Amino acid sequence: MSAPENEMVQFDNVGLRYGTEREVLSNVSFTLFPGRFYFLTGASGAGKTSLLRLLYLAQRPSRGAIRMFGSDVITLPRDRLPAYRRRMGVVFQDFRLVEHLSAFDNVALPLRVAGVREADLLRPVADMLEWVGLAGRSEARPATLSGGEQQRVAIARAVIGRPDILVADEPTGNVDPEMALKLIRLFEALNRLGTTVVVATHDVQLLRKVPDSLIMRLDRGMLADPTGALRYPPRRGMTAESGA
Amino acid sequence: MKAPPVLARGKGLRGLAPLAGRRAAQLLPRARLGGPMPWVIAIMVALTVIAAGGGLALDNLAGKARGDLGGLATVQIVEADRAARQRQAAAAAAALRVDPAVVRVAPVPEDRVAALVEPWLGAQAAAGGAVPLPALIDVELAADAPSGTLERLGARLAGLAPGARIDAQSEWLAPVLGALSALRWMAIGLIALLAFTSAAAVWLAARNALGSNRATIEIVHHLGGTDAQIAGIFQRSILLDSLAGGALGLVLGGLAVAMLGARFAALDSGLMAGGALTRGDWLLLVVIPLFAVAIAVYTARMTVLASLRKML
Repeated sequence: MSAPENEMVQFDNVGLRYGTEREVLSNVSFTLFPGRFYFLTGASGAGKTSLLRLLYLAQRPSRGAIRMFGSDVITLPRDRLPAYRRRMGVVFQDFRLVEHLSAFDNVALPLRVAGVREADLLRPVADMLEWVGLAGRSEARPATLSGGEQQRVAIARAVIGRPDILVADEPTGNVDPEMALKLIRLFEALNRLGTTVVVATHDVQLLRKVPDSLIMRLDRGMLADPTGALRYPPRRGMTAESGA
Repeated sequence: MKAPPVLARGKGLRGLAPLAGRRAAQLLPRARLGGPMPWVIAIMVALTVIAAGGGLALDNLAGKARGDLGGLATVQIVEADRAARQRQAAAAAAALRVDPAVVRVAPVPEDRVAALVEPWLGAQAAAGGAVPLPALIDVELAADAPSGTLERLGARLAGLAPGARIDAQSEWLAPVLGALSALRWMAIGLIALLAFTSAAAVWLAARNALGSNRATIEIVHHLGGTDAQIAGIFQRSILLDSLAGGALGLVLGGLAVAMLGARFAALDSGLMAGGALTRGDWLLLVVIPLFAVAIAVYTARMTVLASLRKML
């Protein structure tokens, strides 16, 4: 299978099963293009989190092919996967902040992993915290932050490395509607800078907030793509299943 | 919403600064010396230092005994007739003095022989000639004397002094040296067992630390942290713990060895004095904690890497 260079991620007939259970994902095929905004929807248990785990390289599929940034990541040796992970930002549903680190250190973590010197990361981390409205809470530990504040720290951590693709699992699940809208605006701002954004949500109201977004709907492990838009997306402004 | 400059860049920030030092240390929240690891290593190192100190002392003791007595032999002239005994002793001594493999010949005076057996025979019997005592000649062989020298000398003396019997002092020392050697091997075995136990303890501690910090590890893993980076975080923690434990263990073990050495020296026995540790031995004991640190760090690294390989 060959992928044009501008295809960021390509799933082809991907199936996933845990143990001997039935497949939680079946024949999933789609393509993610650079700079697009995707919503992944579906009922609880539809397989959204499983699909995201495949996307952020936490899991290998049981069958099918996955290409990322031009490489077949299924056959890639595992020692080469960290380089691919550094091109992604992940916002976990449960935030997964390091409990004993301050908000500042949590946000700085991807830069430290990427080898950025301490002197070079102070300003960017402070800017990021200010951007997510937590400039005054940089020394606070996650346990002392509200759910919304923790969510914003998780988002700042996910985007500070300027990822090519941002994957967010129910990022608005723990916040009020006003904060949810703010977070979506953050994702949009990042998307405008060229980052591909994939947001898993069961909140249908949210889908309408982002014009030109593409919607990936999972139903019992199957991806609905009746118009083929997820494999051959229309150009911006002509999105068939847009949230606008 | 205006994005911060770090996002406006074409590419994300990258660098070559290693995830080490304070940057790495903060990822594992644990009060230094708070966990069991430093104490386990301290005990292991202390026991190893004591076992090694004992082994080295026994080695020195055996070496000194071998050196002192290994080249010595005693010629006995067993003859009931005093005149014949003295004649044979003189002939044997003369023959030994001209032999190139012999460096020293010292006939033992009769009164000294009598004094040696006096505790068993009584003063009257020993000195009065009531019991015929053998004539003794102490012989020291040259250091480069070939292995069959004693047999050759025995054959030569048989013609000159029919009552002559030659005994190597190392023969009666052999059981003592054998016992010392067994103790030394036991010390070596003990050291090997302690090294294995230390490695097992570190393995358990690393697995435990890995388990209790799994969430942090998964986060670093998802952020693109490499196996080497994550293993490095644990290595650093174990390195500091084992250095502290090793230093403590060396002090405790060293004190125990020094105290035992002082007690044995107080016995004022020539043989026991031969077991005193040399400066080189003490240097060897100082190296033990460094070995312990190396074992601990290597074990921690291998444990963490093996565990990480189970993750994608």
